Amino acid sequence: MRQSLLALLARGPAHGYELKQDLEQLLGSAYPQPNIGQIYVTLGRLEKSGLIEGEDVEQSGRPNKKVYHLTDTGREALRAWFEETADEPRVRDEFFMKLALAPQTGLADRIALINRQRRQYLNTMRQLSRLAAAEDRDNRVAQLLIEGAMLHLQADLDWLERCQEELEELE
Amino acid sequence: MSEGPAPVLRAEGLVKTHHGEGAPAHAVRGVDLRVARGEFVAVTGPSGAGKSTLLHLLGGLQRPDSGSIWLDGERTDAYSEARWAVERRKHIGIVFQFFNLVSNLSVADNVELPALLAGTPARRARAEREELLAELGLTGKERSMPGELSGGEQQRVALARALVNHPPLLLADEPAGSLDSRGTREVMRLLSRFHRRGQTILLVTHDARLASAADRVISFFDGRIADDAELDGAPPRGRGLSGVLELRD
Repeated sequence: MRQSLLALLARGPAHGYELKQDLEQLLGSAYPQPNIGQIYVTLGRLEKSGLIEGEDVEQSGRPNKKVYHLTDTGREALRAWFEETADEPRVRDEFFMKLALAPQTGLADRIALINRQRRQYLNTMRQLSRLAAAEDRDNRVAQLLIEGAMLHLQADLDWLERCQEELEELE
Repeated sequence: MSEGPAPVLRAEGLVKTHHGEGAPAHAVRGVDLRVARGEFVAVTGPSGAGKSTLLHLLGGLQRPDSGSIWLDGERTDAYSEARWAVERRKHIGIVFQFFNLVSNLSVADNVELPALLAGTPARRARAEREELLAELGLTGKERSMPGELSGGEQQRVALARALVNHPPLLLADEPAGSLDSRGTREVMRLLSRFHRRGQTILLVTHDARLASAADRVISFFDGRIADDAELDGAPPRGRGLSGVLELRD
């Protein structure tokens, strides 16, 4: 959330609620709605670390709103963020440990574990397809987010298939 | 499963072994299967698992070594090649990975031909063709030759051809296997649309995205059904969707 808010502020000053709306518009309905409380907390932290500055703006008949802008330090931090590459996604490690340890316990069958896990992934895949169909086709960013999630899930399903092939050979 | 009307498709004890060079390949090793009217079933599994062979057996394109098949309650074991050809014209539509359109016939003729062969009057065959091509976004392509179309367009023509006789069962063998991501989405959208209108579909695919359009997924391994799962689309346990879509920074 930190960097997203900094990036949105690079365009110009904004207050918390505007930032929430900007995020929603950019990422579409697929992305879990950002929580406004979380946005305010993050803005407070960013201000404390000197990356942004807030200014109270009076509003007639309503409490003041705080409009934030990016500081030079903030702009540098953002530049550095864009310079870095992101970490690789992780293998589903909990499932992997179950698969690795199951035979020693005698409590679970590995093929049954794989089948159960596959059902869950397929159901999630189905929901993602529905989301993609429901999301505005012209919102490229949102569509790419969903497609990325689907491709990751596809890779997980392919990997389950490999596990099953290997393990069935042993039996 | 309760005994209601006969399932569109039923198979029992299907076995098929390919005898080529080298060791015999056990492609299908004892498969029981029922597909009810209106169901959309996907069969997934690694390549070489035998899922395409299974589809070929169900469509009468290959004969099983043993086992039985019923289509709409009628047993097909004794069908001759000619009888199967009639069956495929009237009761089973098939789409393939490589479209298999007749390359020297126009788009319109490719779609109308099976209707005419099934005895549909020319005027009605034409009306059906027009309606299907419009529905599939191919209006204006009637006079094109298959080779002039993109892969995605050719597959849509193949889909129109498969559905022109309103078959109770549509078989699809890796229909997106030679399409890009956009073409895959398009095929998925169209299969879902025909399914919503009541079309019974059996889809063979290694692509989980495509399979997730079905409401039942059969996992096929080494010639056998390893799992047969209804997809309910209900929120999975755990973090589910939001976990998958969570962006961390």
